[in-house]
Amino acid sequence: MPTNPTKLAGDLLVWLALLSAPFWLPRVGSYVELGTHVVVFALAATALNFLLGYTGVLSFGHAAYFGLGAYGTALTFKYLVPSTPVGILAGIVLGTVAAAIIGPMIARLRGVYFAMCTIAFGQVFYFIAFQWFSLTGGDDGVSGWHREPLHLGFADIDILNNSDAFYYFVLAVFAVCVGVMAFLLRSPFGRTLLAIRENERRARFLGIPVDRHIWMSWVISCFFVSIAGSLFALMNNFVDPRALRWDQSGTFVIMTVLGGMRSFWGPLIGAAIYLVLQDYISSHTENWMSFIGAFFVLIVLFFPRGVLGIIRRKAAT
Amino acid sequence: MTQLVLFNAFNGLIIGAFYALMALGLSLILNLSGVINFAHGGFLAIGGYLAYTLMPYLGFWGALVASPVLVAFIGIVIERVLIRRLYGRDPLYSLLLTFGLAFMIEDGTRFIWGAQSLPYQIPAWLSSPLSLQYFFLTGYRVFMVLLVTAVVAALFFILTYTRLGIRIRAGTLDLETVSVLGVNVRVLRNLNFGLGIYLAGLAGVLAVGMLGLQPTIGDNLIMPSFIAIIVGGLGSLPGTLAGGILIGLVSGITTVFLPAASEAVIYVMMAAVLIVRPRGLLGEEGRF
Repeated sequence: MPTNPTKLAGDLLVWLALLSAPFWLPRVGSYVELGTHVVVFALAATALNFLLGYTGVLSFGHAAYFGLGAYGTALTFKYLVPSTPVGILAGIVLGTVAAAIIGPMIARLRGVYFAMCTIAFGQVFYFIAFQWFSLTGGDDGVSGWHREPLHLGFADIDILNNSDAFYYFVLAVFAVCVGVMAFLLRSPFGRTLLAIRENERRARFLGIPVDRHIWMSWVISCFFVSIAGSLFALMNNFVDPRALRWDQSGTFVIMTVLGGMRSFWGPLIGAAIYLVLQDYISSHTENWMSFIGAFFVLIVLFFPRGVLGIIRRKAAT
Repeated sequence: MTQLVLFNAFNGLIIGAFYALMALGLSLILNLSGVINFAHGGFLAIGGYLAYTLMPYLGFWGALVASPVLVAFIGIVIERVLIRRLYGRDPLYSLLLTFGLAFMIEDGTRFIWGAQSLPYQIPAWLSSPLSLQYFFLTGYRVFMVLLVTAVVAALFFILTYTRLGIRIRAGTLDLETVSVLGVNVRVLRNLNFGLGIYLAGLAGVLAVGMLGLQPTIGDNLIMPSFIAIIVGGLGSLPGTLAGGILIGLVSGITTVFLPAASEAVIYVMMAAVLIVRPRGLLGEEGRF
């Protein structure tokens, strides 16, 4: 539990805004689906930040595990059982197992080398999804299925047709995931990750098995990213190879940087700003790619600390 | 059968020459400046499109000479205005910046030249096969292999014997000392960036003669170029060259026996290298 009163107030504010989103979003001229979109990407970016901001390891290939989560869910729905919990579980297993296998190959690499290998490995799954036409439908994606209402025994929740209900379902998953990540970061394990980020050599001298910790942090991060991917597939009732392409990975990184890498809520704020802006730009111009590209450049040049980083700095001086 | 293997091996060699050109440019920039240039594929596309635009005025040969130089100039300007600001900062930022640049270049080329594939005329005497039995040996392909060989030889000559090249290699090892010895490191990095982008532009002009011209032409070449660097060994230019040609050849030969795996095999090679020898074939120990 945060002891700092400003932190506590910040947490309360975030949760209040998220919980009341279906009430205020339509009133400011937006729609609930955008809120769902933001929460899904906020989960992906927060998971990336576990590795990027708190372990200090530069992954540029997280879209692969996001996409694997999405494909696992979509394929389960289409070919095995139309059940939301089973679908999510399949997505998580697919994404996490792939990450766990690739992890040992890259855990000993650092810096740009790590980034390059994560990008290259990420593309493997893009090619598989793209070329295995009979299973994945190639470029057309996996369609012809839809998410199913939840049957909890005591109540049925219609997350299929009621978009408010689906928003709260996604938010509940988000809350559990974020809670677990916050808990992990506060545990001795999380402190060890911070120590590796701050000074790897010193951490090694203290007898910490650095490579194994980086591998664990990588797997945890990819586990949560695959949950986000699974929710993404449920949200669209569809998935195509773009979900696991390298530009998707870049989107996660820019969201994290935009919100503030070293802050827990940074990725959420970054995802919200990015998606609202993208929604606005793509409805006004065909050349949205140029604007998004320019946006990347501007953030890097003028905003590298992100929104929360700047606020924190102002507060400190 | 032998002919089929030869055909695919030669195809692989050509595609490997492209990977090597791209990867050498990426590697030059990465080694001296620590920047992974995501926009490299974009510069390749610009090279192709500029050649297309220049050809009616300068002819095939004129475009082949002028276009890469112009692309290198654009690269030098971009380095001056944008990339220079990020040296010495977390590599994350240069990755994101070049990532945004790649988006802008792709969209920009689509805006200027349109999204459709454009035809590119190569001289007729270059496009005819040289021999009936080995029909795949068209003049253009042989010419390409020869040209890439000459350019790579020239690059290694520059790096080994000229003052600029020696400074680039020294800067790769220890930039601070080079700076202390009185070399203007900013200019050095700027020229080096231009040299890397020149290679991308040249690859672009050569690629359009084979693959046709569309805004995403660089996309299929950039990922194998990354892998060429990883397989060859980060920090080693001969390694990058060998890596590019090796993955091109292996993927070409795989096409004969298992066409579906021709793309996957290069990732398998990367995984194998990372498990057995994480520094790459010719990379130095402990550099990264």
